[in-house]
Amino acid sequence: MTRDARPPLLKRQHLLAIDDISSLEAIRILDLAERYVEVSRQTDKRQLVLQGRTQVNLFFEASTRTQSSFEIAGKRLGADVMNMAVANSAVSKGETLLDTAMTINAMQPDFLVVRHPSSGAAELLAQKVSCAVINAGDGQHEHPTQALLDALTIRRHKKQFEGLIVAICGDVLHSRVARSNIHLLNKLGAQVRVVAPSTLLPSGIGNFGVEVHRSMETGLKGADVVMMLRLQLERMTGAFVPSIREYYRFYGLNAETLKIAKPDAMVMHPGPMNRGIEIDSDVADGVQSVIREQVEMGVAVRMAVLDALSRNIPGGGNS
Amino acid sequence: MINPAKHSARRRAYVNANIVAPAQGLNGKGGILIEDGWILDVGPKVTKDSVGASATVTDCKGLTLIPGLIDMRVFTGEPGTEYRETLASASGAAAAGGVTTMIVMPNTQPVIDDAAIVDFILRRARDTASVRVAPMAAITKGLNGEMMTEIGLLKEAGAVAITEGTKPVASANVFRRALTYAKDFDLLVVQHVEEPSLSSGVMNAGETASRLGLSGNPAMSEVIMLERDLRLVEMTGARYHASQISSRHSVEVMRAAKARGLPVTCGASVHHLVLNENDIGAYRTFFKLSPPLRSEDDRRALVEAVADGTIDVIVSGHDPQSADTKRLPFAEAAYGAIGLETLLSAALSLHHNEGVPLACLVEAMSSKPAEILRLETGRLAPGAPADFAIVDLNLSWIVEEDVLRSRAKNSPFEHRTLEGRAVETIVAGESVFAYARS
Repeated sequence: MTRDARPPLLKRQHLLAIDDISSLEAIRILDLAERYVEVSRQTDKRQLVLQGRTQVNLFFEASTRTQSSFEIAGKRLGADVMNMAVANSAVSKGETLLDTAMTINAMQPDFLVVRHPSSGAAELLAQKVSCAVINAGDGQHEHPTQALLDALTIRRHKKQFEGLIVAICGDVLHSRVARSNIHLLNKLGAQVRVVAPSTLLPSGIGNFGVEVHRSMETGLKGADVVMMLRLQLERMTGAFVPSIREYYRFYGLNAETLKIAKPDAMVMHPGPMNRGIEIDSDVADGVQSVIREQVEMGVAVRMAVLDALSRNIPGGGNS
Repeated sequence: MINPAKHSARRRAYVNANIVAPAQGLNGKGGILIEDGWILDVGPKVTKDSVGASATVTDCKGLTLIPGLIDMRVFTGEPGTEYRETLASASGAAAAGGVTTMIVMPNTQPVIDDAAIVDFILRRARDTASVRVAPMAAITKGLNGEMMTEIGLLKEAGAVAITEGTKPVASANVFRRALTYAKDFDLLVVQHVEEPSLSSGVMNAGETASRLGLSGNPAMSEVIMLERDLRLVEMTGARYHASQISSRHSVEVMRAAKARGLPVTCGASVHHLVLNENDIGAYRTFFKLSPPLRSEDDRRALVEAVADGTIDVIVSGHDPQSADTKRLPFAEAAYGAIGLETLLSAALSLHHNEGVPLACLVEAMSSKPAEILRLETGRLAPGAPADFAIVDLNLSWIVEEDVLRSRAKNSPFEHRTLEGRAVETIVAGESVFAYARS
């Protein structure tokens, strides 16, 4: 695929939220990602559609997997990738998010991949910089590439979304992964359930187009996909749920509870996992688990997103 | 002996106006005659002919003349953060908005918790501000919620009420004592109604917050504090004013309290009357307020409560913030919006679009706050200070950074067209603002 012959796929400069994009745009990214799965499995993994482009990964929150996934994706497409470790930067000296972003913007990058602990941070940056902004997770708002990679993983196993029952289980309240997945799976035609204690459900969740369940017994019944969310340990004690052992007893996924779902149900987790809390090791590493595959799809989806957005940058990205 | 020459020079009249001063029963064509900063006469009898040659006459050409507005909730940065706003710059914005008295909050650096600081504010205002300024003092030392301030001395120095401004007195016991003690001095106690342990959120709790991934501050947090306070008022008999209420539930609670005859009043900010949580859109921090903007249903309840008098006072809640505190991700940004200059115009939209009588809006921004704070301004009557504004109810103007006089530019009405505004503002008989049509 040459750089000039690529048709436009997205109607936007940035990828900030799944809520913004149409199902058609999502499907185009998934289709393109399928091709990058193949590319990534070749000996020569390079597909130099981003040669000469600069990608800056700006991570205000520690992340191993998402940041390295974006880095590998950019490099396979031939972009020059810079990781900005925020702990070493001016941010720790009191410079604001926007000052940092404007400084980087002045260095003419083509992509800014940003993760930030505050909801709306990516949106704020996108309003002020001229390059393409990719939201790699903003607070409790959205994590669009995670939803896309989850959808790609599901589609490769289940072939279609129509009629699929997807149970998203755990800390929905604090989860940007849950929000992006709810929006995307709804757009694609799946039937989404959330399963969590009421203290871990956001207010008004019933209006998100999901079925709300408070127990794994009802929530997993007949599910095609069981998507576990990470429980943040600092939120475990007292404030939201009484204890780890109580949470494990009622909301942990083990071989027994998994039997409630369909026999061929897929087990997913965005990582990093708390083994023995929200998910047991034998399930996480078992035959139904696609958790490793999710990581592989992550690179392909991010290659597709970078490629798709680069098609909307005028003048080779130097303008 | 009065010198007749000087006498006539200082005597001025504004005639051919539509006078709206409901507390004095004025609603119709008339004029006002003033001298040395005081009102000599007002009403239908005051005409160009009646004042004769003894006064300089201004023909209002049918424009509306209202008492100068009293804004009961204004923050400036003086002393402490003058780069945001000074008393002088805030007063310029006030004058442009028809506001002739600013009631300033004690949340300054240092806090207004000492008679000397009340005195400082009053002297700075006298020397630099173009409108009247009266401070509310803190209820507790340093706003720390623990030790009561010298309430008697603060009142003597000129504090018109006590309040913690942006936060409530959390301890029921401390608040009970403050009410008990303030009652002896007949001083009004003003509370920011919010239960702190329920108020960690950054916008109204609900579906919109959940979609934006922002933590929610439920309306119940306000109602719980309000109901607690009303019990303490019942117990102590002190005069109590809830600075801003924002939800339908609070309106119901206030309505019931007034029906029970408690000495309580409340206010609402004009922002809560014309905006709702959906205006936040894509994380627009100029709409981050405390209490938060709530649902459309709550907003409608507030508008009804203004119309039926359950909400006594409309305030701007003027809170200047600069780029360093507002150009941040929503959760990290400061609360507050400026509003002195848009208070009247925004309130007029309730008259133009939602059928709230003009008289009701004028009362809520002039005679009601004057009555609650025991001020001599806020009315158009012989012997009262000559504070008033000439208003063009239908003049459209666009709120842009470069037209706003406030030093800070965090207006939620930025780029909006508002209908109606003050075209001239008079404080103590002196014209302090005249609108230049572009």
